[in-house]
Parts: sequence; C-alpha cells; structure tokens
Amino acid sequence: MKQEYIITVFSEDHIGLLSRITIIFTRRKINIDSLTVSESAIPGIFKFTIVISDTADRVQKVVGQLEKVVDVIKVYANTNDEMIYQEIALYKVSTEFLFESDKIEKIVRNSGARILEITRDYVVIEKTGHSRETQQLFDELNPYGVTQFNRSGRVAITRSTIEKLSEFLKERDAMLEQMD
Amino acid sequence: MATQRISGSEAVIKSLLEEGVDTIFGYPGGAIMPIYDALYDYDQQVTHYLTRHEQGAIHAAEGYAKVTGKVGVCFATSGPGATNLITGLADAQIDSIPIVCITGQVASPLLGTDAFQESDVVGITMPVTKWNYQITHAEEIPDAIAKAFHIALTGRPGPVLLDIAKDAQFAQFDFEYKKCTKIRSYLPEYPVDPFQVKAAADIINEAKKPIVLFGHGVIIAHAEDELKEFIEKTGIPAAWTLLGLSALPTDHPLNVGMLGMHGNYGPNIKTNEADVVISIGMRFDDRVTGKVAAYARQAKIVHLEIDPAEINKIIKADAPVLGNAKKSLRMLIDNVNPNSHKEWLDEFKACDKIEYEKVISGDIHPKKVGLTMGEVVRIASEKTNHDAVLVTDVGQQQMIASRYFQFTQSRSNVTSGGLGTMGYALPAAMGAKIGQPNRVVFAMAGDGGFQMTIQELGTIAQYNLDIKIIVLNNNFLGMVRQWQQLFFEKRYSFTEMKNPDFVGIAKAYGLASQKVTSRDQLENAVQEMLDHQGPYVLEVVVEKEDNVFPMVPTGASISDIILES
Repeated sequence: MKQEYIITVFSEDHIGLLSRITIIFTRRKINIDSLTVSESAIPGIFKFTIVISDTADRVQKVVGQLEKVVDVIKVYANTNDEMIYQEIALYKVSTEFLFESDKIEKIVRNSGARILEITRDYVVIEKTGHSRETQQLFDELNPYGVTQFNRSGRVAITRSTIEKLSEFLKERDAMLEQMD
Repeated sequence: MATQRISGSEAVIKSLLEEGVDTIFGYPGGAIMPIYDALYDYDQQVTHYLTRHEQGAIHAAEGYAKVTGKVGVCFATSGPGATNLITGLADAQIDSIPIVCITGQVASPLLGTDAFQESDVVGITMPVTKWNYQITHAEEIPDAIAKAFHIALTGRPGPVLLDIAKDAQFAQFDFEYKKCTKIRSYLPEYPVDPFQVKAAADIINEAKKPIVLFGHGVIIAHAEDELKEFIEKTGIPAAWTLLGLSALPTDHPLNVGMLGMHGNYGPNIKTNEADVVISIGMRFDDRVTGKVAAYARQAKIVHLEIDPAEINKIIKADAPVLGNAKKSLRMLIDNVNPNSHKEWLDEFKACDKIEYEKVISGDIHPKKVGLTMGEVVRIASEKTNHDAVLVTDVGQQQMIASRYFQFTQSRSNVTSGGLGTMGYALPAAMGAKIGQPNRVVFAMAGDGGFQMTIQELGTIAQYNLDIKIIVLNNNFLGMVRQWQQLFFEKRYSFTEMKNPDFVGIAKAYGLASQKVTSRDQLENAVQEMLDHQGPYVLEVVVEKEDNVFPMVPTGASISDIILES
C-alpha cells in the first residue's frame, strides 16, 4: 500500500549531489512531492528532506540505492507519524479586500496565520503548518483573490529520543578504523 | 614527500604513477591536449594505447581490469570524446568493473557557455558512474585521483570519471600525493557479522538438497579458493552466473554448470527443487531468475553479498551475510559441517545426460553439414588445453561460448553481462591481451557485434596485439533472429545482414586471416591461427538459422526451461 514517507538524506556538501539523489527517484518514476535542503545540526553535513508516496518495499529499496551514493552518509525513511514536520506558506492578497470587510482578518486570526507586511496595494500573509492546513487557508483566502502563493518544502525532525545520525557517525568511524 | 611545483597535467600523470598505473587507453583531442603533452615525457613509465574510438578505449580498460583485477584507466577529450565513453561506463557500472576515466573539459571560464566541444559530462555520466567529479583547480587533482582509485576498486567496484577543465591542466601548483584510504561517507564493505554467518551455517548444515549459485563477486573478492574449499567441505553442487564463469574450473566435480536463460538444464530446474539456495556474490539478475514469483519459492535463501542494496532487492534472503565474499566464505567454512550430497549430485548428472543427448551433442559434435558455433568453441578450447582467456561479444556466440568453452583458471572469461553491449569483444580483448600478454586470448564475436567496433583492428595492428579473433558469421543478428523465430512468427524484421569480405578487411589492416566454410577446414584453420605469431582473424561461416538451447523463455519459470523448439 502506498503512503507518504519522509526520506532524510544526510550527505557531504558537494556540488552535483542533488542531481545524483534525484535521479535515483526519477529512474524509478517516483515523484518527489517536496524537497528541502539545508545544513544539519552537524557543521558540514547537509540534510535533504524528501517527501514521496510509495510502498514500504519500494521505499526501502530506494533508501538502499541512496545509501550507495558515495557522498551520502546516511539515509532514513520515516512515516509521517514518526516525525514532527512543518511547511511554511506565503499568500499575497490585495489590500483592498482587507479593508472592505473583516473577513480576511478573521480568516487569518482563526487559522493562526500572521500578516508579514501590509502596503497600500498588497498584504503578505504567512502560515506554518501541514500542507493540508496551508492549503485550507489558501482555499479560504482565494475567493478574495490570492495573487501569489508559495509553499515551502517540508522540514522535519524525528520524534526519536536518541540522535541517530550522531550515533551512526560514531559507529561508522569505528568501522572505518577497523578496516585499516 | 617533498612538494614540487608542476602543472596540473603533469600532476595527473604523476598521480596515476603513484597509483601504480602503467597502462592507459585513450584518444586525444583539444581539451585534453595538455595532459597528452605531459604524457609524452613519461613513455618509459606508462604505455598509452591509442584506440580508434573512445568506446574502444573504455572497453579495453574493462578487459584489462577484468583479467588483472587492477583499475583500468582511460583518457578522452571533452564533448564527443566523453560522450563516446557512455556505453562503456554503463557497462562497467552494471558489471562492477573498476575504471578511472579522465576527460578533458573546456577551460572553466567557458563552462556553461556552449563552448566548442563542451558537454555537461558530469551531468551526463552521473547515472553510469559510481562517482564522478569536475576539477577546475589544479590543486584538486592529486586528492581527486586518489579518491577516484579508492572508490573504483574498493567495495563493489565501478567506474569513476574525473572531468578536468583545461585551465586546471595548465595551472602550476605545489604537487604532493597522498593515497586515499578512507572517506567518511563511504564504507566499502561491512565487517562480516558472526551472527549472520552462524544463522547461514545453521541453515546449510540442515540442508538435504542445497545448491550454490556463485557470481562475479567471488572473482572480484579473489575468493576462488574459499569457494572451492566451501563446496568441497560441504559437498554442495555449485552453478555459476555468466560473470561467475571461470571462478571454478570447468572440470571440478561439483561444477554443475551455468544458470539462467541459456544455462544448463540441471542447475535451472534443480534451483526450483533445492531446499537451500546459497548465493554468493550474485544479484539474481532477471536472466538468472526467469519469473521471480516462481523462483526458488521452496528454498531457504542464504545470500552472501557485499552490497547491502542487493540483499532482498529481487529475492528475499532468509539468511543474508553482508560483506566481502572472501571473508564471509572463510568464516562460513569454519562453521559448516563436512558433508556430501551424492544422490543429489547424481540428479544433476541425470539432467546433464538428457541435455547432452538433446542439445550438447548436436552443438559440439554436429552430424549435419553446416558448421555450428558450438564445434568452433569446442575446438578453440581443446586446442588451447582449456587454458585460454575468452572474450566474447553479445548474442548467440556469447551464450554458446559460455556454455562450451572450458576454463582452468579464474579471470579468464571476459564478457558484457548486465548491459549486453554488442561490439564489446574486440576492444575488450585488446585490454585482456595487454593485461595477460603471456596467455592466448580469443576474441569471439558474431558478424553483427564485430562490425560495431571493427575499426579496433587498426589498434590491434598498430600495437601488434596477438589476439585470436574468431568471427562466427551467420549473416544474421542471430539472437534477435532466434527470438523472432520463436516468439514473433519468423518475422525476420531487420536482422539479416549483407556483410563485407572480413578476410579482405583484415588483410587491409595488415592482419593474417582466413575464412572457413566447411568442417574439414576447421581444425587446421584454428591450429594455423594459434601457430601464427600475432593477431589473426578467423572467419567461420556457420549455419544461418541455428538456435541456442536450452532456453528459459522470457517471463517463464526456470522450471519450464525448454530443450528444443
């Protein structure tokens, strides 16, 4: 059965690695629903957060292929309930509607969004949440004319109490030492 | 080591020397000219072979790597030079061959400007390399080359490509070389887990009808002795994949033959009767398994494998043993009980008898008028005391040669397995001969594959590479024609070929050659070829519409292997 997985790839910071990672998905015709790249808590180690929908078996195989990439340090696949995750969305609406009635203000207040900037012409609203929630805000605002909308890729952190990557790096160092 | 101020180009050559390279295959061009210029001063330390096409260079490097176990090195220029390497890279990637390719690239300020002979080589080669990297500063050269060799040869080997911008080749810097032994993000192999070994041994010790399936991993790991010791201690019959061929001598009493689509009858049907399947350094390719849903379902699977991604990829392992086959086999040998499986082995012999009567006899000792590929292979093998290096192309002759050529030592079979690259044999044989100059090297190809890289006859002539080339000519793309006959109602769509005079072509290149059309000429012709000092092209006109059997039709279970049409 297909379900959503968050694949976290920890890697060295090398040019071209993004391509090397994405072709593993495209070769198997797996669509990447969302992708976020940033430095991890460990300096020099980058973190790709990739959201896909597929079966557990195919996800495991993709993880195996990702881990074969020389510059990839470690890959984890988690289901949504194993992680805390968020996306951020920005919405641009015309200032005219904000002043015409209190509807937009109510929508913003009820959804826990906030207004980032108000100018004579436009208002920029920010909302953080799961894509379902940011989409819901879009649907509510859109009757008043959302002129621009942008949702970020997912950022995610495990619920685990141990920091798996740090543990992994220690084990890896030990294994590499042992090889000499 | 004291530093020296040298150019990036000279650093490339010096780095290669540090890695023990003495042989390079390549083809120069604009963007790699500084490296070729540096090479000019090192002709005492390195022999460079100028091929006639970059594809020839990389297949030669593959052949060299396969027979020596060393890294094959090849040079090409930017743009078309580099793109001509792609087939060889894909071949080396799927067959786990250690290759380091160095390509020239336009000067770094020109990158991305559609400059003359610029192509995105790192981008294009990404899916077909184990690792690749673009160098734009001379200072990066020593470390990148050190890393390239470490990655290419360790773990599951593979091709690596370094793309070096022309300005980095010219730039001067302080050269210092340090070998690469460790990369944080790359663990070449896992240490073998004694618990996994114990679990595997427990299954093997209980087995009544076990079979060993061994592949390329045994040869890559130099684990031939361990394989032999393991099967001899346990008495388990052992079958090989196409790339495992020659790891175990053909005449070993426990060698039960080839697996897969055109493999032997016994190992195919017995895989589906075994209670335990012990696969060693093989990856359950679809040509081996046939229909996966009907493959070895009754058996417990023990899988010795270096690449974690291969475990459970196609066939679920009941007892995976992760790690280098040489080490895991050594530990396994210590944990298994001595045994023999005589009755079970006799079942294979019964299968062999059936196969001999229905297929083999007619293939290698034909009674019909036309020559068969099988008899040519048999004679070539016999006349070299089953001790030659065999390089095959792709198609019918590849399957026939793999079935009937016999081997006494490992690293003697060179063929394109995973990718099935036609045109492979001739250039790969050049590398094989250079890597094993004292052994007889056969290049065997059909008329189709031979013509895909026929220009390498020029390289063979220039360097007088003593390769015994056998062209098995049926004026057809034989394997495709066979499928058309069996599965496409004999609609021979674009498989018949009007061929040139191969003997005339060989002679034009200055090579000795003859053509054989009947059985009474064959033995003498093979003998003449072997007695001749230097390269030789023997064209043998074989039966036009012979088929390779046995055969597991695509999509069928290996149990449904057919012995005749």
